[in-house]
Amino acid sequence: MPDNILLDPTAETAPAIQSRLARPPSISGKTIGLFDIAKMRGDEFLDRLGELLTARGHMVKRYRKKHFTHLAPVELKQQIKSECDLVIEGLAD
Amino acid sequence: MRAMTQVAVPHIETSGKPALSAATFLAIVKQDCPTCVFVMPVLRQIEELIAPLGGTLEVHVQDDMGFAAGFSHARDDTALATSYRYNIEALPTLIRLKDGQEEARAVGWRRSEWEAITGISELGEGLPAYRPGCGSKTTEPGMPARLKVKYGNTGLASRRIEVPALADPVEACYERGWTDGLPVVPPTEERVLEMLDGTTRSPREVIGMMPPNLVPCTVEKVAINAVMAGCRPEYMPVVLTAVEAALMPAFGLHGVLATTNACTPVIMVNGPIARTIGMNAKGNVFGQGNRANAAIGRTLQLVVRNVGGGRPGEIDRSVFGSPAKYSFCFAEDEDDPRWDSYAVSLGYSPKASTVTIFPGDGITQTIDHVSRRPEDLCRSYAGCIRAIYNTGHVIGVQAFLAVGREHAIVFYEAGWSKEQVKQELDGLLKIPVRELVPGRAGLSGLTAEEKADPDHLIPKFKNGTFNVIRAGGNAGKYSAIISSIGGRGSIEPATREIR
Repeated sequence: MPDNILLDPTAETAPAIQSRLARPPSISGKTIGLFDIAKMRGDEFLDRLGELLTARGHMVKRYRKKHFTHLAPVELKQQIKSECDLVIEGLAD
Repeated sequence: MRAMTQVAVPHIETSGKPALSAATFLAIVKQDCPTCVFVMPVLRQIEELIAPLGGTLEVHVQDDMGFAAGFSHARDDTALATSYRYNIEALPTLIRLKDGQEEARAVGWRRSEWEAITGISELGEGLPAYRPGCGSKTTEPGMPARLKVKYGNTGLASRRIEVPALADPVEACYERGWTDGLPVVPPTEERVLEMLDGTTRSPREVIGMMPPNLVPCTVEKVAINAVMAGCRPEYMPVVLTAVEAALMPAFGLHGVLATTNACTPVIMVNGPIARTIGMNAKGNVFGQGNRANAAIGRTLQLVVRNVGGGRPGEIDRSVFGSPAKYSFCFAEDEDDPRWDSYAVSLGYSPKASTVTIFPGDGITQTIDHVSRRPEDLCRSYAGCIRAIYNTGHVIGVQAFLAVGREHAIVFYEAGWSKEQVKQELDGLLKIPVRELVPGRAGLSGLTAEEKADPDHLIPKFKNGTFNVIRAGGNAGKYSAIISSIGGRGSIEPATREIR
């Protein structure tokens, strides 16, 4: 039985394709997480971003996972979500 | 008896029959069918006779192609496309085509029918004249819906949501906000079609406008949510009637789901359908473990959430909520004829099946292991019932008292009807004005004359309803109170017969 086509149980007022979360109109007053996935030189990029954000008076927190080939542990994702309003993740080198 | 291979000179009738030279026949068979095995020599006989005349016999096999080895036109129908197209219900089926259109068919083996269709006499010499067929694979459980989705037009109007190939559909339902917090059964087209088999009503029929967003609620949308909630198709008549009852103006569904109170729609089923679909009216009646009780109640909650848009934190402003908001559905215990059921007391026939919907917060048990006289038991109940919301709360409160079996026996043996129990409690539940609490729930609902006299007695259910029903397990001297806000003209019990 093909399980990947579902019938919409709702009033169908929301778009069928879910949109991305809306970007905040301003980062003023937000705590910004800088998430280093441990890919080479990602830290340099995030360091510089951190400097620029801090210089503009934003609260910045740094996070890093052990290796880019491993999924971020749930605990780390929960920590970021509980401590930050926004997160910038360095995905590639 | 002549062997099949010896039927060398059969009589081929042509007068009044189709010209065999131009005839095309379809035979649909499967190896796992003794009658098909039985007729295979006949099919070979037909092929041998018509082939020289330019006729064709296609042998479509539903299971193992090896079964048709040796036929010139053996066809693999394991995907059941041909069987679905010709609406095959039993095997073997022999169909005669003319210009590609079906002209005649025979189902099972009856020599006279096969001879009439083929125009060949003396078919299957030596075989019995008749043998019934076997079920087609198109009729196996789940298959009709699957084939309808694959080859036909389901007629379902709802938007299709495609879940990425490697994603878990159960998780996709969560991500879209379709669940109550527990997993749901993914509503595939096949499952929804099967659910709709449980009703004769059109999927397009609009049952009513579902609050809070006042969206047209169709039978199809209810069926989708019934799939998700875990219903079986045979629950559909109850489910649809429950949705209809919830939409009756007297019940006030918008208020029930939007209130800061913990109440939620409670579904009570009366009449023979409760037993037919296996609902629980006895032990753990308000608890877990019975599929019909759980899934029917959950369906209504999912319909409110998904179709109406009534979600906690949005329109649903309940302070505490209640586990009852996952599902609260049961059948009244009607096994003892000494008390009329709730529906019969409303005037419905005992043969009628009904759904009653009323608001409830959950249950409060009342325990009395000692009383053996009905008056004593009622006094015991009264203290507990008076405490609903507040001992001084008399406005906008209603309740159903579910009398347990051992308590009911006390009333039965004294010859008390449900109505007598209710009257006795009405008498015990009169509260002096001086003991009422002020505010919305108390003095604000009283007349100036009532307020002026501190000894004036006000009924606990001054403007709300109070009812007595039977439910629960056989052992244990308990009864249960299902209470809620509610009052005449705002939120009242509503009953509807299942059609």
